[in-house]
Amino acid sequence: MKRKPLDEFFLYFFAILFALIILAPFYWLVVSAFSSKAELLSVPVHWFPEKIYLGNITKIFQGGLNISGGEVPPFGTAVKNSIIVAGVTTLICITVGSLAAYAFGRMNFFLSNQLFIAIIALRMLPEIVTVVPLYIIMKKLCLNNTLLGLILVYTSFTLPFVIWMMESYFEAIPVELEDAASIDGLSRLGIFFKIIMPLSLPGLITTAIFTLLTAWDEFLFALIMTSTYQAKTLTVAISEFTTRHMIDYGLMMTGGLLSALPPLLVALALQKYIVSGLTSGAIKG
Amino acid sequence: MKLCAACCRNRYKKLVKRGITLSAKTYRENKTAYFFILPAMLFIIGIIIFPLLYSVYISFFDFNIFTKHPPFIGLKNYMDIFKSDYFWQSMGRTTYFTVISVGLELVLGFLVALLLNQEFKGRSFARTLLILPWALPTVVNGVLWTWIYDPNYGALNALLKSLGIISQYKNWLGTAFNAMNAVIVADVWKNTSFIAMVLLAAMQNIPKDYYEAAIIDGASRLKNVFYITLPLLRPAILVAVVIRTMEAFKVFDIIYIMTKGGPANGTQVISYYTYINSFQYSKYGYGAALSYIVSLVILIFALVYIKILYKKS
Repeated sequence: MKRKPLDEFFLYFFAILFALIILAPFYWLVVSAFSSKAELLSVPVHWFPEKIYLGNITKIFQGGLNISGGEVPPFGTAVKNSIIVAGVTTLICITVGSLAAYAFGRMNFFLSNQLFIAIIALRMLPEIVTVVPLYIIMKKLCLNNTLLGLILVYTSFTLPFVIWMMESYFEAIPVELEDAASIDGLSRLGIFFKIIMPLSLPGLITTAIFTLLTAWDEFLFALIMTSTYQAKTLTVAISEFTTRHMIDYGLMMTGGLLSALPPLLVALALQKYIVSGLTSGAIKG
Repeated sequence: MKLCAACCRNRYKKLVKRGITLSAKTYRENKTAYFFILPAMLFIIGIIIFPLLYSVYISFFDFNIFTKHPPFIGLKNYMDIFKSDYFWQSMGRTTYFTVISVGLELVLGFLVALLLNQEFKGRSFARTLLILPWALPTVVNGVLWTWIYDPNYGALNALLKSLGIISQYKNWLGTAFNAMNAVIVADVWKNTSFIAMVLLAAMQNIPKDYYEAAIIDGASRLKNVFYITLPLLRPAILVAVVIRTMEAFKVFDIIYIMTKGGPANGTQVISYYTYINSFQYSKYGYGAALSYIVSLVILIFALVYIKILYKKS
């Protein structure tokens, strides 16, 4: 089908408009992170910084005083905390969740359907419903302000999701393979590790990405459960740039850029998995 | 929450079918199965079921972490909530936020999907761009837009003034009405991507012959959109909208970052209202009761969602 020149013009016009709208805020994020205070607070705005300024990056990691004279929170600790919490949460959920998902997907046992439906129902609950009780429980167990506490709390909303996702990937694997393996004398656990897990690698990757991103981006629980820098995650650290008397936008954008980079890079590199994961529910059928 | 998106509608079909598909194994494997699900069940009981029940218990008390023996007050927390003007105002704001942002996201997401479904140079690059706002953490999106909206040095003011659209810098987050709409714009910028990605994938599943046949019959491009694309996209649209509605109704992060519920409570949505009651006023019982009411509303959407999935299969 050939397009008319006018249609062609509008097509490219809107395509460029679309790209500009997506890219402009990202451009501003990067530019602001590499601008000095003087350039950031200049009127009219410097759309292109005259000089690339690296002071924000060194300051955010070295600490020191910010614009209003308050201390810059230790950003490195927050990065470390976020990596540990997101990583361990994902590891726990993938291991524990896959095992359970396999049982739900493949085995016939007492109350199997009822339990699975219950897990789907739990997955639909908004996180806010467990915020108050989990906060009190963690406080009583002295797990507030600890990474372990955060990991447990994050597991509470990512685990049902992992079971749900993985169950569908396991179901897609032909049963005949397992029958053959079990005739060859492999146990259920052997089948699970030697046959099922390798075959469902794409599913594992997709599920792990979503779990990682969810844990990395989580804010509400991290905000409530942590009050000391030992346990604060990146999202909380970034939110604190705004609670000072005066906002140091340069530092804030630097922090934002640094914490956005890992998810953005993962999304770009593993785009295929993400799109398939996002859309599998909505279009297949 | 991102997780939600990847839901699978085949689930229910499978549940129904399970008796048949697994009937090759007529024997039950209770012991092996329980061994497989035991770790997960321990987690689920410990960190989901128990807190849920504990939360019901809390909601019947005038619960405060500092008092040793909080008094039992029955349903008073729930009654107080329904009598509170703040509660109804927060519900109203949440509804406004949800309807406007999801509505805009749907319209824009559909248009973007239509655009990216056309053939043009740089299309794969444009499709890659789509994933960027989705992957940007909500908290970062919040601080980024707060900076863009800055009343004195913000990029938006500078841009609009240089284009001659405004004559003076505006305080975008300064009044209740403006602040709510400004937050909605930030939310729409980030979340339109999700709907666009889902709809684009669904559009790619529509066979090209449908359009070609229609064009031979003399249909215009616009008619094709209305009579072929939209009807075939209906299930995908429903799923995307219900997922986004559930997420928008519990919006918290971006509100906390950009406005903290202000100015003059103008952006105090229901999650934020629950948060300040629980953790600033330490009214845990009231907060627990509130969170149950919010969940109930979201569960209604969830039921709709499950029903759509079930119907399709």
